[in-house]
Amino acid sequence: MADTITLEVARYRPDRETEPTVEAFEVPLRRDWAVLDGLNHVKDNLDGSLSYRWSCRMGICGSCGMTVNGEPRLTCATFLVDYAPGPVRVEPLANFPVIRDLVVDIGDFMRKLPEVSPWIVRGEGTSVEEGEYLQTPEQLADYSQFSMCINCMLCYSACPVYGLDPEFVGPAAIALAQRYNLDSRDEGADVRMDLLIHPEGIWGCTFVGECTRACPKGVDPAGAIQRYKLTAALQSLKSFVLPRGPR
Amino acid sequence: MSEPAQQTQRPYRPEISRLWWLRRRSYVFFVLRELSSIFVAWSVVFLLLLVRALAQGEAQFRAFLDWAAGPWVVALDVLTLAFLVLHAVTWFNLTPAATVVKLRGRRVPPRAIAGGAYAAWVAVTALVVVLVVTR
Repeated sequence: MADTITLEVARYRPDRETEPTVEAFEVPLRRDWAVLDGLNHVKDNLDGSLSYRWSCRMGICGSCGMTVNGEPRLTCATFLVDYAPGPVRVEPLANFPVIRDLVVDIGDFMRKLPEVSPWIVRGEGTSVEEGEYLQTPEQLADYSQFSMCINCMLCYSACPVYGLDPEFVGPAAIALAQRYNLDSRDEGADVRMDLLIHPEGIWGCTFVGECTRACPKGVDPAGAIQRYKLTAALQSLKSFVLPRGPR
Repeated sequence: MSEPAQQTQRPYRPEISRLWWLRRRSYVFFVLRELSSIFVAWSVVFLLLLVRALAQGEAQFRAFLDWAAGPWVVALDVLTLAFLVLHAVTWFNLTPAATVVKLRGRRVPPRAIAGGAYAAWVAVTALVVVLVVTR
């Protein structure tokens, strides 16, 4: 195994450049080093001006998502040895405006997320004295997969629909809406349905499936959206057949 | 005293190439699947034309069959069949993602759901073949 590997890092310094360039750095190739360790080596030893986001280094915070050799990846969970002898190209996540170097603007997602009410909605809440909202392990299993989302944005980066139409609500936000719809304690499905049953919502998804392949936590946003579509279609059919019936 | 230097806020927005869908196999399939809707529509038009010709009498029906046997129509129909198969297969593969069926509290495995769809497809096709062959 060689001692070093080349990182080809996308640089964009808006005060200096009008579009991104690529800068190559030689970093140590160690078996236990992730791409993020390579970037930290660059920042600490070679060029302190390199900008990127990271925090936990253990695949939980969701902040170190970047494009590694063309694939959206968490750089803390993507190891340099898997790309030996290199070079490894590190670029910002696709489909987002680039603020600087590897830092993208995820403001669009942050605006969309609260619109789908990703929290437990109750019509009339119960008092503390009445106790907790109980749930069986089977009821937990219905939604637990979708609750694993860490908002890392890899699914948005992989989704060509979002790339072509930024108005699309997108995989993670819809999967999170579905996470609460499937929660036995929640009563907000109708509110979310009204928000998502439009061409920029669930019907914007054409089931490319790349979001599910990109997801580092096994959430399966594509599956969540297809299930949501089926629920929406059945609900529309029901309201057509029984226009005066309950929703 | 001079103003502090303003941070230049000029986010770079990459342009998406017209050939973005050639970058990945799954993107190519996605575009082909979207395209398949045109061929699905054509298959419906073809069937309606056939039914209309049938309703207009034998001479019209024979004329329709002659037209349908022309090389261009046959080529188009072969292409249509290929796209219809792609449409059907991708649709059946989608069914387990959209459908969660529970039996006695346990989730039916996705393969069983897709398998059921394929089995129904084979059964209907077999029925059509029997009807055509034994008419």
